[in-house]
Amino acid sequence: MVDYGKEYDVIVVGAGHAGCEAALAAARTGCSTLLLTLGLDAVAQMSCNPAIGGLAKGHLVKEIDALGGEMGRNIDATGIQFRILNTKKGPAVRASRAQADRMRYAARMKTVIEDQQNLDLKQGAVCRLLIDRETVTGVETREGILYRGKSVVLTTGTFMRGLIHVGLNNYPGGRAGEPPSEGLSDHLRDLGLKVGRLKTGTPARLDRNSIDFSALEAQPGDATPRPFSVDTNAITIEQVPCYITWTNQQTHDVIRGGLDRSPLYSGVIEGVGPRYCPSIEDKVVRFPEKDKHQIFLEPEGLDSAEIYPNGVSTSLPPDVQLAFLRTIPGLEKVEIMRPGYAIEYDYVDPSQLLPSLETKTIRNLYHAGQINGTSGYEEAAAQGLIAGANAALRTQGKEPIVVGRDQGYIGVLIDDLVTLGTTEPYRMFTSRAEYRLLLREDNADQRLTGIGRAAGLIDDKRWDEYSAKLEQIDAGGERLRQVRIGPSDRTAISRLGLPELKNGASLEELLRRPEITIADLLFLDDELASLPAGVHEQLEIAVKYAGYIERQKEQVGRFRKTEQIKIPDGFDYTGVASLSSEVREKLVAAQPQTLGQASRIPGVTPAAIAVLSVLLRRQ
Amino acid sequence: MISDNSEQTIVAPATAVGEGGIGIVRVSGTSAEAMLQRFFRSPGAVDQFESHRLYYGHIFDPDGAPIDEVMAVIMRAPRSYTGEDVVEVHCHGGPLIIRRILDLFIEAGLRLAHPGEFTLRAFLNGRLDLTRAEAVIDVIRSRSEAAGQLALRQMDGALSRVVYSLRDRLVEHLALVEAHIDFPEEDISPPTIARLAEDVDAVSSEIDRLLAGFDSCRVLREGLNVLILGRPNVGKSSLLNALLGESRAIVTDIPGTTRDTVEESLEIAGIPLRLIDTAGVHDTSDLVEAEGVRRAGLRAETADLVLFVIDGSQPVCDDDLLALEMAKDKRCLLVVNKSDRETLELTPPFTDLEAVPLSAKTGSGLDGLKEKISTLFFSGGEISESTLVSDRRHREALLRANEALTRFREAISATHDPEFLALDLKEALQALGEITGETTPDDILDKIFSRFCIGK
Repeated sequence: MVDYGKEYDVIVVGAGHAGCEAALAAARTGCSTLLLTLGLDAVAQMSCNPAIGGLAKGHLVKEIDALGGEMGRNIDATGIQFRILNTKKGPAVRASRAQADRMRYAARMKTVIEDQQNLDLKQGAVCRLLIDRETVTGVETREGILYRGKSVVLTTGTFMRGLIHVGLNNYPGGRAGEPPSEGLSDHLRDLGLKVGRLKTGTPARLDRNSIDFSALEAQPGDATPRPFSVDTNAITIEQVPCYITWTNQQTHDVIRGGLDRSPLYSGVIEGVGPRYCPSIEDKVVRFPEKDKHQIFLEPEGLDSAEIYPNGVSTSLPPDVQLAFLRTIPGLEKVEIMRPGYAIEYDYVDPSQLLPSLETKTIRNLYHAGQINGTSGYEEAAAQGLIAGANAALRTQGKEPIVVGRDQGYIGVLIDDLVTLGTTEPYRMFTSRAEYRLLLREDNADQRLTGIGRAAGLIDDKRWDEYSAKLEQIDAGGERLRQVRIGPSDRTAISRLGLPELKNGASLEELLRRPEITIADLLFLDDELASLPAGVHEQLEIAVKYAGYIERQKEQVGRFRKTEQIKIPDGFDYTGVASLSSEVREKLVAAQPQTLGQASRIPGVTPAAIAVLSVLLRRQ
Repeated sequence: MISDNSEQTIVAPATAVGEGGIGIVRVSGTSAEAMLQRFFRSPGAVDQFESHRLYYGHIFDPDGAPIDEVMAVIMRAPRSYTGEDVVEVHCHGGPLIIRRILDLFIEAGLRLAHPGEFTLRAFLNGRLDLTRAEAVIDVIRSRSEAAGQLALRQMDGALSRVVYSLRDRLVEHLALVEAHIDFPEEDISPPTIARLAEDVDAVSSEIDRLLAGFDSCRVLREGLNVLILGRPNVGKSSLLNALLGESRAIVTDIPGTTRDTVEESLEIAGIPLRLIDTAGVHDTSDLVEAEGVRRAGLRAETADLVLFVIDGSQPVCDDDLLALEMAKDKRCLLVVNKSDRETLELTPPFTDLEAVPLSAKTGSGLDGLKEKISTLFFSGGEISESTLVSDRRHREALLRANEALTRFREAISATHDPEFLALDLKEALQALGEITGETTPDDILDKIFSRFCIGK
């Protein structure tokens, strides 16, 4: 065993989407950071579909960006098709999505990491943690090297005891073509952590040259791609379309014929898969009445022949995969480059974590990403950023970042995980956010930049720009209230298409009318007109949706009251005779940090919360 | 949740229902005084209520009709029980009047206090010392649990089935709306706004119907269910008649005369009771009789109290045990009838029950039974208070649900943006959740995934 000799502030294990954000966040706060990966050639891989964003996920990326994370800038630099979804609905549920050039995405992220100050990137397979008096002090690799660190962030993805299934064949692997991480999850179990098993899957990758696109519907990106990051001015990389095709009855017949060799239906797979991401065999079995299923053919990159068929993830044997694919229009002569597969992997029950993502039982050990039972690059990156920043803040003796459910999807994500745990791969949906109308993509910066700045994640340039934007929003709001048009101002009234205006009106009052947009009003005030488009958007939303926003703010006000009541560490529930033993057990196991969190634990009654609130005030 | 809404003004009866001639309705919070100004009229016009002074007058409903002759007092913060502005209305003690005054305030926007909430506020505002705070904790717990149990018991099967089915319909609609928001790329057709509006209207009018029914709610219209149970010919009908003071049910010595259940109303300590006489429980091959026995068993399930009658002059037989089986897990008083004859020593399992010896024939011991019943229900006033309040709680939940659905209807005429419609549907579900249990985001997602084939 060799001691590497250098003690790091933060060691991050795993260089996927969680690990990269964790390492960058820690290093950017000034901590000496080590990022260990199983393979240096597999940093920031997109193991599944080559896309970033979508409903709630796009929101997460904007939040990551507002907290100084890298994901937004990275996809802006390497995205090959950008679209805003739900443009016909209100601003809260509009979301950004982009197809990524998978290789460029990974390569750029690796370069950013290599160029980052205070950050070392090394190859190494961690098999054990070094623990001293319930505090982590470093890691040990299979190669026999000890790295000492004041804190450790585990982001193991699907690698812990990964088992890949293709038909009835299975073999250990962390991702197709890469070995798994053996031993680490057993070690975590020995440390007393509860380890479970989940399953996910991915479709075959197809050869572009074997597909006939001429018969298929093309789906282009938006004419003017809108970037994810506030740092990006414009998308400059070449943009390409996706294509849409459908399965048919023949496809379904072939799939049904192969079910006897499906690991899902023959009981070989024990892990729990996501409800929202069923394999094509699952869809065919569960929805027999549907005569076709939609497939998006997504390019994996500008320089790659691989096509990702979104919608037909499968673990059927390769011969059945090929047979059913060839029944699909456009794919009659398709060649598979990599078969689809299902993968089972170990995760660690996230209810064993504090809202900072630190484990409750081992001090200075943080978990982020799929190890916490989540699915998705964005969910992983969001947790990675928070875990990395919090590991760094710990070594600096500062308070951790805890984003509230009312402040961001990141808050909803982490609170759900640590309070409720999860038994299937957890994906973010906007319906999980009770304050959805406040958590918009367009105001992510206003919700989180301040938190990022306080944690040392936001540089001066970004902060100055942000502060200037806030001032412009204030100034614009002031103009809307002050500038009025009078009843005699005939030209303005007719230009706005209004019949008459008896008592005159402020611009704000005019903007409240459904038919009037802020763009219609700009001719009335030069100062307002001179503000940037992003500021106009904020002003318009604030006025148009004022009623709903106010309603949600009132709900937040009530929520905050219990959220602010802290439960001290090590609070002795066993001494509280007034709590039923069932509630007591749940509270002891969950160790909630606030009264609000306690109230969200299933089985904790309102009466128990009332009792606790009395006890907490008394202390 | 209690601390969730501490700035809201709350209302509840402060006295036990069914005890004494005066009832007090207490209001605490910033809108307390406004309630008084709105609904209370004194013969001498009062511009400004003086704190801690009793005023004589009437409480009027919004149509100007008087509800009751009352005394009212305002105690301004911080010199009040809770440390907030407190208004107390001293009215006549009957449950109907208290209920009407409560409803008046709830409809004006007040919230029904949670069990122990006045005391909790008093503590949080520093009006109670530490030792008393300890006692508060136990009060909160015991009252909440009593209220919870009662709420379940009171909600009769038919009503709760309707509320559950309304909830399911709203869940279905919310799932449609949410699927449309979260899965724009999927092959799902958007909800038809017209159909959505139509069905939400239907749900809303169902709730209206339920609310109308509530104004003559079971407990106060029909009273607590008191079931008279026992094998044939032990004197069940005689007991009923004795309690009523006149002969209503057919009394003969032929077993099985009461073939169906017979119901009569009676008041003890101001709360109406519904006395239910049942067919004698025995092993029978007669179809009509067997049906009577089956109905007695069904009635036992929803009874608030079982008066289990045995013939004290006869040894226990198999039919007694069969009948006792039906009363299992019920609150039970053992009536040992025929005390005018020579009575035998009680044997297990009857020795475990609280026994009241009496003679339905001579009437001796009847007062003792009435006293027992009244202590059982009204000791400390807790049960009767929560009885009244839990019933009101259901009503309040339905009211709030309907308010949210009304907002939904307004919203749908202005916007079809699903996220705004979802907000109102969620609030309606949240209100119904106080009866049916919470609907979590995961319940909605579950509905979406079972209904639509989603997954890229």
